[in-house]
Amino acid sequence: MVLAWQSRIVPALCVSMAVLAAASAAAQTPELRWGGDAEGGAPFVEADPSDPSRVVGFEVDIAQLLAEGLGRTPRFVQTGFTTIDASVARGDFDIGLSGIEDSFARRTRLAVTVPYYRFREILTVRAADAARYRTLADLRGRRVATLASTLAFELLTEAEKEHGVIVVPYEDDVHPYTDLTVGRVDAVLLDAVLAERGVRRHPGLANQPTSMGVGYYVGILAPGNTALRDQINEILKQAMRDGRLEAIFRRWNMWNDDQPSLYARVTAEESDTVPPVQATALPLSVWESTRRYFPSLLTAAMITLVLSVLSMALAVVVGVLIASGRVYGPAPVKAVLTGWVELIRGTPLLLQLFVIYYGLATVVQLPAFLAALIGLGLNYGAYESEIYRGALEAVPEGQLDAARTLGFSDRQTLFLIRGPQALRLALAPMTNDFVALLKDSSLVSLITVVELTKQTTIFASNIGSWFVPGMVCAVLYLVLSLPVSHLARRLEQRWRRP
Amino acid sequence: MSVLAIRGLEVLRGARPVVRGVSFDVARGEILAVMGASGAGKTSVLRAVAGLERIAGGCIAIDGLQLTAGALPRGERLRELHRRVGMVFQFHHLFEHLTAVHNVWLALVHVQRQPRREAERRARELLDHLGVGARADALPRELSGGEAQRVAIARALAVGPPLLLMDEPTASLDPARRGELAATLRGLAAEGRTIIVATHDEEFARSCASRVLIMDDGRVVR
Repeated sequence: MVLAWQSRIVPALCVSMAVLAAASAAAQTPELRWGGDAEGGAPFVEADPSDPSRVVGFEVDIAQLLAEGLGRTPRFVQTGFTTIDASVARGDFDIGLSGIEDSFARRTRLAVTVPYYRFREILTVRAADAARYRTLADLRGRRVATLASTLAFELLTEAEKEHGVIVVPYEDDVHPYTDLTVGRVDAVLLDAVLAERGVRRHPGLANQPTSMGVGYYVGILAPGNTALRDQINEILKQAMRDGRLEAIFRRWNMWNDDQPSLYARVTAEESDTVPPVQATALPLSVWESTRRYFPSLLTAAMITLVLSVLSMALAVVVGVLIASGRVYGPAPVKAVLTGWVELIRGTPLLLQLFVIYYGLATVVQLPAFLAALIGLGLNYGAYESEIYRGALEAVPEGQLDAARTLGFSDRQTLFLIRGPQALRLALAPMTNDFVALLKDSSLVSLITVVELTKQTTIFASNIGSWFVPGMVCAVLYLVLSLPVSHLARRLEQRWRRP
Repeated sequence: MSVLAIRGLEVLRGARPVVRGVSFDVARGEILAVMGASGAGKTSVLRAVAGLERIAGGCIAIDGLQLTAGALPRGERLRELHRRVGMVFQFHHLFEHLTAVHNVWLALVHVQRQPRREAERRARELLDHLGVGARADALPRELSGGEAQRVAIARALAVGPPLLLMDEPTASLDPARRGELAATLRGLAAEGRTIIVATHDEEFARSCASRVLIMDDGRVVR
């Protein structure tokens, strides 16, 4: 198995370099800056396999079509899928095109184009389960994967209440299908374009024929940019009439019988906009959504806290073992442990999490929470070990001599004299590390654990603003970390006077 | 009868000999001052007797226990040794995280297996006896040099060793305290303890020692 993150990170890098190169070439004609996520891959936007400095995909062709109509040069701007809304609103690019779904929420806070593609939400299961998992109702108590902040995610959140399915949100649309293959989840709900690609790549999977919902792809622009939006709508409608849009979708094998009726409705003059079919709820006020999201933020904060406390406990155990080995062990043990510490400290935590969760999946399929716990624990264990080693070595040799002349064994010296003093020295850096771990634990959302930052991202993308969710999230992190710092200060004071 | 007998002692620091064929005896109740310039080998002799330095040659007999060339004593032999020898270091090396009295009773409880209550009572008695009973609950960093030294003496004496070793005891004391220390050591000797003091303080040596040994370049010269 080729590691998926590897195959996706490299093209993303190449694309950003290509963007820089293209910027200088196109300086003479005005640009149409369009944002998308090349990690989303084919058929949306991906680095051209034969020339990774270029992007290809139906969104690339649509951007080209729009740019031609506007007399501009298209310029691709790489943006993470979940931040496209926020980026276009703050003016990072003119239009976002990346399989972006139409929704009431988007319409209220952004300028949205007419829909240009109609898709169905499709349930994908392992072929062996095709007979028993036909609908969401069949999946009570089962884990169902999807992409966070999508229509499918909303459908699943509803199904969670109604049918008791367990929603597992992913940051990308590749791993839901690999995890379905290895059995970490029992179904994936995503749009048909992704579902068909998933089944093509994983022969053991099957798509259920019934559609679970219908949605539309649209382009999004900053709220004040309605003039450009209207121009773009006209270009899209013209392309629907003269078959250029159809040609694009045929080229990407996406054309189907759903599209002509959509085009007919869009191009009919009287219906300027087509309302999204799956309108789950009318947009709420910020305060009302905060009130609604608050319980889930609290739950996520608990997950962050529990994960951090357990990871820190593991890190302390690992750290003590490594430090003892490095201070007391024979030379080969010291060498191996030194190598381990350098390996862990010299590579990114995110990479370690991916290797533990996805890389090891063919050998051992760790549940996401456990993988997160092990990843954070091992990573911080390496840092803890350095703190403890330094602290042990900081206890004066003379005290060790004194302990020996009193008849203490090496073990007694460690537990009664060296250890307790080292612990006092290690306390302040350990507190720092715990607070850092509390915040680093947000990285585990990339292996599907929904902790505080992830829940905040979902909240923010739902209401289309980071301001209130960011504040609430910050306050919750402070509520978690301040007592730790306070406790550490109290302990230090207590140790000053026994 | 001698409490300590050293015969042909050799100690190496790395490959360099720092004690070269030292022999002497110390009788019960004696205060022996080992004098000499820095690097003469005084401290190394004391450390070898305390089981902190590997013996490269010769032997040491302490109250019936033989130390010979080879590995440092461990386990039961180490505990045997430290029922016979207590050591007070130049910089005291009190356990910084424990109070004075806790420093004194720690080994009584964890090495000698005495009940904690009894050990603490004995520790307070010893501190009283050495004139620092009032400082029993202070942490080492709160003690003056002289107080810390008395606590270190109490810690070394707690298990009741017949032989007490002191390395440069006057280094951290002002002249008045030196007089007090000399008196304390004479008192301990009068109770039947044997004391060896490594020092280069001639006046102090004269004021308390019953005998003076002079070392130079790893040998006893006088």
